[in-house]
Amino acid sequence: MSVFATLIGSKIIFGANLLEGYMPLALEDSDPFKIFNKHEDMIVLNDKPWNIEAKAHLLDDKITPNSAMFVRNNGLLPEDLDAKKWTLTIDGESVIDKTTYTLADLQSKFKLHTYQLTIECGGNGRSEFNPPAKGNQWTIGAVHCATWTGVRLKDVLEDAGIKSDAVYIGFHATDIHLTGNSNKETISRGCPMSKALQDETILAFKMNGEAIPLVHGYPLRLVVGGWPASVSGKWVNRISVRNRIHDGAKMEGASYRIPCEPIAPGEKVKDENMCIIESMPVKSLITYPKSGAMIKKGQALTIRGHAWAGDLEVNKMEYSIDFGSTWTSCAIEKPANRLAWQHFKATINFPEKGYYEVWAKATDALGAAQPMIVPGWNPKGYLNNACHRIAVKVN
Amino acid sequence: MSTEDNFKRQERKAYRMVIILFSLFFVFIAGSFLHSKIKTYFGGNQSHTNKAAGTTIESGIKNGIHMRTGLIAAQGFMTVVNNCTSCHSSKIIIQNRMNKESWNTTIKWMQETQSLWDLGKNQEIIVNYLTNNYPIEDKGRRENLLDIYWYELEN
Repeated sequence: MSVFATLIGSKIIFGANLLEGYMPLALEDSDPFKIFNKHEDMIVLNDKPWNIEAKAHLLDDKITPNSAMFVRNNGLLPEDLDAKKWTLTIDGESVIDKTTYTLADLQSKFKLHTYQLTIECGGNGRSEFNPPAKGNQWTIGAVHCATWTGVRLKDVLEDAGIKSDAVYIGFHATDIHLTGNSNKETISRGCPMSKALQDETILAFKMNGEAIPLVHGYPLRLVVGGWPASVSGKWVNRISVRNRIHDGAKMEGASYRIPCEPIAPGEKVKDENMCIIESMPVKSLITYPKSGAMIKKGQALTIRGHAWAGDLEVNKMEYSIDFGSTWTSCAIEKPANRLAWQHFKATINFPEKGYYEVWAKATDALGAAQPMIVPGWNPKGYLNNACHRIAVKVN
Repeated sequence: MSTEDNFKRQERKAYRMVIILFSLFFVFIAGSFLHSKIKTYFGGNQSHTNKAAGTTIESGIKNGIHMRTGLIAAQGFMTVVNNCTSCHSSKIIIQNRMNKESWNTTIKWMQETQSLWDLGKNQEIIVNYLTNNYPIEDKGRRENLLDIYWYELEN
């Protein structure tokens, strides 16, 4: 079995249950598209750990299906998962009663809620930074908005009791560190109490109405819409209520942090001058048509896509076919619920034949719009919310 | 499908399985053997070398690319394969573009937090390989749209 595990690059889940002589599926077919049911056009950036992103046109659905959801794992997939035996413990300096719940406890004790929640990787768009920033070179596809069903984190925390000195929560999970060292956590991040206690911050059992796929956090995921996806911990079995900013893996150093004061491209920043990313910035994607559409002169082009703005709502959506010289409004819908992405559409008539780019620009409720060029350089290449664009040719 | 066909198919499957298992066994034994040799040679304190030894067995280079890892098969690439791909995928190496200083900083970070061993003289070989074969290109503030796949869009 260990030989199999070495070959596949990860330990085998339910390995003990395998029949003798049975070849694990992954060994016959280590195709991540099949293992994780991903669309064949998804891009595998990394296979140990798994990092897979979508392309804009794959994200056309209003609610993102599993097939188009990006995967950003920091370690190897957890093993020996048993939802019946799964427990969640609430602990930490600032919890009144350290409490452990089974999944059945959570489901029976607290009210279930369902929300569409936008989750975007903090490093989405990293590939455009110049000089290059370290890490997986995400282009535009590390974002999704699925439907999540679960219980409110605040209901669970209040049940365990929160002391008045609580400032932050931090999650702990069962994925395996790349080194195989069980004493090391792969990622253990969190958010301030104010975000933790929002209605939409949930502990989810279901994604799009079904059990959460393994690669997305089965059987329990913390879902924190509008913030870097790394706050939405997968395979969560413990949440600590802290009396200080959580200091788990990837909370400190340069991880999911940007310089507190803007810097020049390539400039060095000391760790103590890096600040934790909270709400993600305003952004949008044209999901139809796929880039590269050729149409005939006189043929109108309908575009559509989604826009989101972290904790805020998107107030205005525009497109340009002349590289930002002029902008035209798109119709934009209200979000299905707070922190859900919003859908836009527009019909474009091109004045003459030739090569065009359709650029999309969203503006949030506070008036901040997407920049047309790559925004402030930062050492790890986070928060690139530059306008998305597609190529169109009119023949 | 007839029972006989089905039987033949099963038989072929079983045969393939035996071959695979046998090969795996051989690789494992060879790996363990090399491991014990290397361990003896270095005084047995470098436990990581078993993984490294296992990977030196295969070669497989096509059009200048090492097929298993996708790395450019230039001077020093096996040092990279042996030291860098036992914990993480080569895909994260290939995606990144850094100067020598940044690669050295990254190595230090891996040593401090990810249990990477002391690379000794290999560090220079690795960093030279990376900066020579995966150089930084100036992308400006926004690149042209690249790799556009043109298609007819009907109404």
